[in-house]
Amino acid sequence: MIRRLALLLVGLYFLVPLVASFVFTVDGGANVYGQIITAEGFADAFRRSMTLAVLTVAGVLGITIPALLAVHLKLPKWRPVLETLSLIPLAVPPIALVVGVRTLLGYGPDELAGTPVGDVLVSIQDPELPWVLVIVYIVLALPFAYRTLDAGLRGSDVKTLVDAARGLGASWPATLGRVILPQLRPGLLGAAFLTLALVLGEFTVSSILLFETLPVWLLKISGSDAQLSVAVSLASLVFTWLLLLAVSAFDRKEKTS
Amino acid sequence: MTAVELRGLHRRFGDVTALDGLDLSIEAGELIGLLGPSGCGKTTALRVLAGFEQPDRGQVLVGGTDITGTPASRRGMGMVFQSFSLFPNMTAAGNVAFGLRVRKVPAPARRRRAEELLELVGLGEKAKAYPHQLSGGQQQRVALARALAIEPAVLLLDEPLSALDAQVRNQLRDEIRRIQQRLGTTTLFVTHDQSEALSIADRVGVLRAGQVEQLAAPDELYHRPATAFVAEFVGTTNRLQARRVSPDTVEVLGSRRPLAGTGDAEVLVRPEAIGVAADETSGLTVVARTFHGALTRLTVAVDGREVVADVPSPLASGLVPGSRVALTLGDVPLLAA
Repeated sequence: MIRRLALLLVGLYFLVPLVASFVFTVDGGANVYGQIITAEGFADAFRRSMTLAVLTVAGVLGITIPALLAVHLKLPKWRPVLETLSLIPLAVPPIALVVGVRTLLGYGPDELAGTPVGDVLVSIQDPELPWVLVIVYIVLALPFAYRTLDAGLRGSDVKTLVDAARGLGASWPATLGRVILPQLRPGLLGAAFLTLALVLGEFTVSSILLFETLPVWLLKISGSDAQLSVAVSLASLVFTWLLLLAVSAFDRKEKTS
Repeated sequence: MTAVELRGLHRRFGDVTALDGLDLSIEAGELIGLLGPSGCGKTTALRVLAGFEQPDRGQVLVGGTDITGTPASRRGMGMVFQSFSLFPNMTAAGNVAFGLRVRKVPAPARRRRAEELLELVGLGEKAKAYPHQLSGGQQQRVALARALAIEPAVLLLDEPLSALDAQVRNQLRDEIRRIQQRLGTTTLFVTHDQSEALSIADRVGVLRAGQVEQLAAPDELYHRPATAFVAEFVGTTNRLQARRVSPDTVEVLGSRRPLAGTGDAEVLVRPEAIGVAADETSGLTVVARTFHGALTRLTVAVDGREVVADVPSPLASGLVPGSRVALTLGDVPLLAA
């Protein structure tokens, strides 16, 4: 009884705002959802956020996979070091991180203007595709990706599988492609999804650095068109859920095959 | 013909010496069991032969060629691991064919070979099953087929049966031996289970602290152990007090036997070499009795220690805990402890 009541309360807690938002967006009869695509700035912000998300996923996996394999297979002594390192981004508040980044970026067109370092600092601030955000997001996503992949590696005896593959004559690339990565697939999907969700929802850093990503754009139009901004929020929530469902369905299919 | 030769292998892990000048040679087609307590270096020796570990010093020769520096992937050895090591994302047939796939053997040929090998290990029906759909014993059979698929120069078995339950273990053990003899594959079998090693190996090497203590056929190892360590590690053995009666004779359980040395000594005697008979006048009593079919094991308290004797069950019928008995020593050579 108490359990049902608790479930009901929790359910209401989540559902009421969603339903209220939805009612608000369709109130008045105009098809707000149809306007999203054509809204001024939406397409650019959406494309920018998706591009950043994909680049960040690639970057974070490109860093964590080799690092994790190294500590699991060759350098187990370094595991605590890496674990601590991977947690630091969680301990540093994003606002502190972004203030530091902004100061550094300021040197680009200023003190370091004309030097190679200054040129790099300027070029990563391109408002169309701000590479600096990719770098910051990789740092922010590191703890989640690391944890997820580490759990996946601990769950399976990767060392034995690698030995088995090597013993049977597989080169390192073949071992990686045919044995390790398929084994890591659930972890990879999980890490990729978490990173994706993080990048699509990140506001603080992009807002302070003045780049127009999807969340920043959302806030901007919420002043002029409240209905549209709520509709976009709902739509992005549904979009994220669909991604999550797709990931878990993919994972389940693999297990039963 | 010598197929494998390990020469003076040394390997340290931090402060632990795993191999301390290990020498071992294996004849072609022979199954050698490497036996020893945990930490004696047997698994390290196997992993050095496989190429997963590099020795600090020493050489590994296969077919007369020095392969000490050759990476594992180019040694052409088949290995079965203690833990289940099948690739979970591949079927049984896919696992068996893996070694051929990375050797670029055409698909039809490797499919045929995988079927053939699964048939050989009695799992022809399970070709399409994934590892998680197979029992532990079946997984190890597939692992054996996978190791044999590449026609390995040496088959390496690293305690392949220790994760299985007793019945499956004995069955698979005998099957490994049958297949090994049929294919004539030179094999190194590492185990901590002496009955496993004694029952299937042509010769057994007993390892201690990174060296081979004795390498001999199973019956020789059991009946003529070279050292007290081997005697106590292989089979059950009693330590008995021997009283010296002359420079080359001692007295044990009332019998005089030749044993050179000075002073009293401790000697090692197998349980089946001790006879037990009822004797009301004796000061020795039976403290425990366990029935093992043809033999009955009696434990007798002697001078504050327990001595076990295996006697034919009919002779032990009246002997129960509390019975007064006399012990006699069979006609066996003594080994000083």
